[in-house]
Amino acid sequence: MTGKVGSAQPLDEVQLREMLRRMLRIRHFEECAALQRSNLVGPLHNCIGQEGEIVGACMALRNDDYMTGNHRSHGHPIGKGVQLAPLMAELFGKRTGVCRGKGGSMHLADFSAGSLGESGIVGSLMPVAVGAGLSARLRRTDQVCLCFFGDGAANCGPFHEALNLAAIWKLPVIFLCENNAYALFTAQDETTPIVDIAQRAVAYNIPGVTVDGQDAWQVHDCVATAVARARAGEGPTLVEAKTYRYCEHQEFGNAFKAPTYRSEAEIAQWRARDPIDIFAARLRRDGKLTEADFERLQSEVRTEVSAALQFALESPPPQPEALYEDVFA
Amino acid sequence: MPRITYAEAARQAILEEIRSDPRVFVMGEDVQRYPYEDVVEELGRERIRSTPISEAGFFGAGIGAALTGMRPVIEGAFSTFLYSAMDQIANQAAKSRYMFGGQASVPLVMRATVSYGIATAAHHSDRPWAIFAQIPGLKIIIPSTPFDAKGLLKSAIRDRNPVLCFDDWSLLGTAGEVPEGDYTVPLGVAEVKRSGTDLTIVALAAAVHRSLEAAEMLAKEGISADVVDLRTVVPMDRQTVIASVAKTGRLLVVDPAPGTCSVASEVAATVAQSAFEFLKGPIVRLTAPDVPVPFSPDLERLMYPTAEGIAAAARTLCRSHKIKTAMPLL
Repeated sequence: MTGKVGSAQPLDEVQLREMLRRMLRIRHFEECAALQRSNLVGPLHNCIGQEGEIVGACMALRNDDYMTGNHRSHGHPIGKGVQLAPLMAELFGKRTGVCRGKGGSMHLADFSAGSLGESGIVGSLMPVAVGAGLSARLRRTDQVCLCFFGDGAANCGPFHEALNLAAIWKLPVIFLCENNAYALFTAQDETTPIVDIAQRAVAYNIPGVTVDGQDAWQVHDCVATAVARARAGEGPTLVEAKTYRYCEHQEFGNAFKAPTYRSEAEIAQWRARDPIDIFAARLRRDGKLTEADFERLQSEVRTEVSAALQFALESPPPQPEALYEDVFA
Repeated sequence: MPRITYAEAARQAILEEIRSDPRVFVMGEDVQRYPYEDVVEELGRERIRSTPISEAGFFGAGIGAALTGMRPVIEGAFSTFLYSAMDQIANQAAKSRYMFGGQASVPLVMRATVSYGIATAAHHSDRPWAIFAQIPGLKIIIPSTPFDAKGLLKSAIRDRNPVLCFDDWSLLGTAGEVPEGDYTVPLGVAEVKRSGTDLTIVALAAAVHRSLEAAEMLAKEGISADVVDLRTVVPMDRQTVIASVAKTGRLLVVDPAPGTCSVASEVAATVAQSAFEFLKGPIVRLTAPDVPVPFSPDLERLMYPTAEGIAAAARTLCRSHKIKTAMPLL
């Protein structure tokens, strides 16, 4: 492992609360969506359990920084600060959805928040993230691009091409591997000859750091360091956050039963290290959050998610003519 | 007006756009060595950007740059290399605008040379425009002259959508009159290259020139052909084709790509559906056979429509108006 953790600016109280709020938003948003499973069409890939690494990384960005993601998509835009109602409406394929009902759960995007899109094709957006970094460089801005991908994508060709290009051109890209231990239903040790994906950074002569993805604080610290490095023109960093999804690869509803591939004990072990619990406990310990604060925050987020659901349910479907709109600019 | 080659005209289009628009840059394998070596110092290595052999990587990077305000031109080398970048082209470039509800635009030009007929064998000789025409969200241009190469490429670079430009290798060295300075040829407008009354020949790429040669031969025999250069496959100028067939009543489509589900098929279907009442005979497609490209020139030269072959098909077609099923199956 190369690179270092811990040289970033400490977060102030407002930022810490915002981090917790965004983690709770992801959790409640997805729990709400899962409960609505029977009212939703299409796949739903929830990221519950991974909120720490998502928000920890996103909070190291500015609003005008870019971000790309993947099929496990809801957390990324929420982590980047996108409003919940248009995201929820998108899951329902409504006219008011963030993509006007054309993208759905796997293809959320909010360009106004720098969210350049999620992708249903594993690894596909990694070269696109490199292009966003290239664009920032060519336009002489100090924007960076945060590229989320999974441990599965680390075995795809575009992983190599993207890291190689970003490295030779020293582009402001932070590659964030959300290593949740499984590519679909297959464990990492069956698909990958190394334990730490961050080791691969050596091949591109860039820093590679493995962090505890359940500790949002640690992820933030590491990504903030990588962001500072990127803004300074020193090139990309590969960050690997070890994390876990509590849910199945996707919420199947009744149509399909997930195969058995992991034990209840393993899930329980990871649940015992819940990223929201860990983060809230740390804030309490440091005297930055009372129990009442936490409950108020939870209740605000629940209200926000309920309002988003209400908005989605009450929104009209797309007009038929929308079928033909936006094929071309 | 200066006479320059197709290759130079295309280069001129790209360099003029780079000089006039700070968002435009060119990227591809070896571009700092060829064909932009002499402007690297003037325009800089950032905007004349050589890449590794990494098609998925630099096509994807072009898309990312286009999504965030740049207007990249990708020199994609051979058309078959597009397949290495297929996910980027088909899933990201073509679909981002639609899938994200109109938030995105991908102003990206992707050039690819189609080098058939020069013994480069199956891995360097595809004419894959029809494959990409099946992907909604991509525009496709196929210039056939130096004038069109410059004018269409300028329009493509200024367009807000991903545009694939297929450059026919056999045309790169051909010369023609090209105005100095700025002009554009609009996307989606076919050109009637020669006016006639007995049949319509719709062609693309170098087949336009073979068709014009055939029309010359036919004229001596008293057969007068309208020759339409499609120029843009997507969006397709169906109106010009239909108007021509309305005048001539006969259609021959010439396309050097394999015939099944080809651009030639699409032109034929358009006329069958929308101009049936004008037809005096069957629609004929003259295409390459559905085979990979063989290496041996003795085999490869049998594949593509020639001027003689086009003229022969035209003669048969012009005599076939009384014979309802005169044309053999493709």
